Amino acid sequence: MKAAFEMDTYKSEIKPTWCPGCGDFAVLRALQTAVHTLQLEPWNILVVSGIGCSSNLPHFLSTYGFHAIHGRALPVAEGAKLANPELNVIVTGGDGDGYGIGLGHFIHAMRRNFDITYVVMNNQIYGLTTGQASPTSEKGMKTKSTPIEGVIENPIDPISLALASGATYVARGFSGDVKTMAELVKGGIEHKGFALIDCLSPCVTYNKVNTYDFFRERVYDLAKEGHDPSDMKAAFAKATEWPMVQRDRIPLGLFYRNKEMPTYEDLEISLRKGPPVRQPLGVEDPEELLAEFL
Amino acid sequence: MSKRDLALRVGGAAGDGVSSTAESFAKISARSGLHTWTYSSYQSVIRGGHVWTQVRGGLDPLLSHGDDPDVVLCLNQQTMDVHQADVLEGGAIIYDVDSVKPDPTKIRKNVRLIGISLRKKAQTLSPNALMRNTVALGAAVALFAMDFRHVESAFKDIWGDKKPEIVQQNVAAARLGGDAVKDLGGPLPLGLAYPNQAKYLMTGNEAVCLGALAAGVKFLAQYPMTPASSILHWMASHGPKYGVVVKQVEDELAAMNMAVGAGFAGVRSMTATSGGGFCLMVEAIGQAGMTETPLVAVLVQRSGPSTGLPTKTEQGDLNLALGAGQGDWPRAILAPRHPEECFSLTAKAFNLAEIYQTPIIVISDLYLGEGYRTVDKLDFNVPIVRGMMAADGGTAKDFKRYEITESGVSPRALPGTKGYQFIGATDEHMESGELISDVLAGLPEFVEERRKMHEKRMRKLDGLRKDSPPPEMWGSRNADLTLINWGSTWGAAHEAILQVEEKEGMKVNSLEFPTIFPFHVDEAQKLLRGVKQSLAVEGNYTGQFARLLRAETGYKPDHFYGRYDGEPFASRDIADKILEVVA
Repeated sequence: MKAAFEMDTYKSEIKPTWCPGCGDFAVLRALQTAVHTLQLEPWNILVVSGIGCSSNLPHFLSTYGFHAIHGRALPVAEGAKLANPELNVIVTGGDGDGYGIGLGHFIHAMRRNFDITYVVMNNQIYGLTTGQASPTSEKGMKTKSTPIEGVIENPIDPISLALASGATYVARGFSGDVKTMAELVKGGIEHKGFALIDCLSPCVTYNKVNTYDFFRERVYDLAKEGHDPSDMKAAFAKATEWPMVQRDRIPLGLFYRNKEMPTYEDLEISLRKGPPVRQPLGVEDPEELLAEFL
Repeated sequence: MSKRDLALRVGGAAGDGVSSTAESFAKISARSGLHTWTYSSYQSVIRGGHVWTQVRGGLDPLLSHGDDPDVVLCLNQQTMDVHQADVLEGGAIIYDVDSVKPDPTKIRKNVRLIGISLRKKAQTLSPNALMRNTVALGAAVALFAMDFRHVESAFKDIWGDKKPEIVQQNVAAARLGGDAVKDLGGPLPLGLAYPNQAKYLMTGNEAVCLGALAAGVKFLAQYPMTPASSILHWMASHGPKYGVVVKQVEDELAAMNMAVGAGFAGVRSMTATSGGGFCLMVEAIGQAGMTETPLVAVLVQRSGPSTGLPTKTEQGDLNLALGAGQGDWPRAILAPRHPEECFSLTAKAFNLAEIYQTPIIVISDLYLGEGYRTVDKLDFNVPIVRGMMAADGGTAKDFKRYEITESGVSPRALPGTKGYQFIGATDEHMESGELISDVLAGLPEFVEERRKMHEKRMRKLDGLRKDSPPPEMWGSRNADLTLINWGSTWGAAHEAILQVEEKEGMKVNSLEFPTIFPFHVDEAQKLLRGVKQSLAVEGNYTGQFARLLRAETGYKPDHFYGRYDGEPFASRDIADKILEVVA
């Protein structure tokens, strides 16, 4: 039997540079716990991120990583997954990265149902650029870019969007509950298909509204209320509770899971020979190929 | 003296079947053993408008689609109106005598009017008259006295073995056109002796695809954009057989970023687009430069700025390719002149990309990318050099993905390789991949570290320059004038030179640059030393290449001839310009 990987195996020597109390520490811990529980080989994990405080996360892991440009982590990850489908591809980033500048890629990645796990650290603010409104900032929230009357746009609801776009594993975690979040991330990695884990990850420096206490007073566990994650209609009903309808109760846990849907990799004709990264290069019989031009 | 070439121009409205008729004729020409060259003038419209394609065939290698045609095939009245005056003396005009009227006052002398009831004849075979083009094509084949068996073989290519009845119907339709020509005076007395030895015929874009396959491409992500779309189409239908993942994606941002991801994961990866799409790719291609990720980007230029003339050619995106992305990062820009180079330089680009771990841009244009040309047999035995891999010799312990080396190239590790885990970061980083940008930037030690890392990357330009093809001088030594050009302008330039040498006894040569960047300064200066007077010829307004040449060598071309009306260079225009500047 193989020697088990210790939890520390998944940690790099680089210490996180997040502000003390940042919700992202919990997400990092949850991710490390998930891959440790699954005993994944660190060299077969690729963590891709974009730009933002949370997108520094790959540096704190001992896996392969790609720290991409702002908003483009998903297409980079999709390209890598198609080149080598045997990699466990995990994408991490923030709400600005995934739901703002990268929103188009988010929807298309989900409708393709790639076997990719997307962990979003949603703090409802732009942290690294020092406190501007984000696509998930609450209406009315005053930020550096909305200083007078606050945000006048409606926030994006990533859970409803994911359900509508074809994601086959849709969950919400909270940095105040690492244990549950780790379970949700683990479930996402195990799931064959696109998994979104939207993690409510408070920004202690720039978001004074959506704090740990704000969430602790409001969150509840979907499983405990008997939600059936195989029921898409019920998932939509739960998803739209917050922030669309009210802000008093916020559901956490697994909204939806569809185990039947084939993944993109299952359907891609060119992957049937095996991972492209291991295929021979060049053309064996050029005569056959050239014949159509003669 | 008998003619050594022929040209057919097919015109009509979009949707009339102009391009399929012309493509069939191009095949027939190539199978007749003629060197063949086509140019399609089309519009950004699916039905209607006016489109035409010229197919030129020659016993000798061709350099352009030619000027005035021997035969014009009119599928509507507008084609007659626009093109009847262009038909050469001794030529002919094919048209539907029931619906199209020539204007004899506009037609050159000794041009035969081949009025045939195209529609009615087609309807004797099939009620919907779809085959009227085929009747006209048969007339053209008969006028040029070509062998009808090439007609049948061309149709078999189009409809395949699955629909033999359609092939036979079309052959019958072509025969009707051929018979009509017999009744109208028979073939033109051109005196061309066809070798009937088939030649390879392909577009520049197809040659790019073949070069990519030969080099072992395994991934193409692309968003449709004229004139690069045919790369996506060809690869989508042929790629899977060779294990190539071919994806149409949501936009060019995704296309380039997916290519980066695939390149990072270890396959030979590419994307293709035109100027507008390339604009969307620039941030992500810089990302590949910073993370030292290999990929090939094919930029098939069309007329800009902005949406411009989507179906027209230009060489106006050179500055875009040179300046793509923020900051400095090492790139190479290769500019094929003809399909053979579309093949060989694309294949080379994949090697350069992996040896130097950086993006390589192959820049062509609509005229080259979409035009059909006969080519020599392509040699698929291209070397495949994958560059320095960490696991080949090094040890995983303390692996430095971005190790500072003299060549600037560091050992690469692919995800999945045990023990070599690292982060490819778009932020400035140390040799290990750890960031300098956040808590270390500005500390004296890391100011130095950043400088060294940046220099390491940029040193790769020296190797790229050494390994890329140098500039070439074509033609006479001690010429009175040197044409300076790049890319697809090559053909018309050579043809113009041959014309002025023959007619005027002038000596003109041509200085060409298959590698645009890194600029081959020493070789260029050596070649420029013998230049008495020069004329830069390129398809843009500002002389983008001429400016680069001046910036790199201090040499300012004496004259500039830019073309930016959407049409490819014509040899006679370049010849006129030569006479003008030398006089």
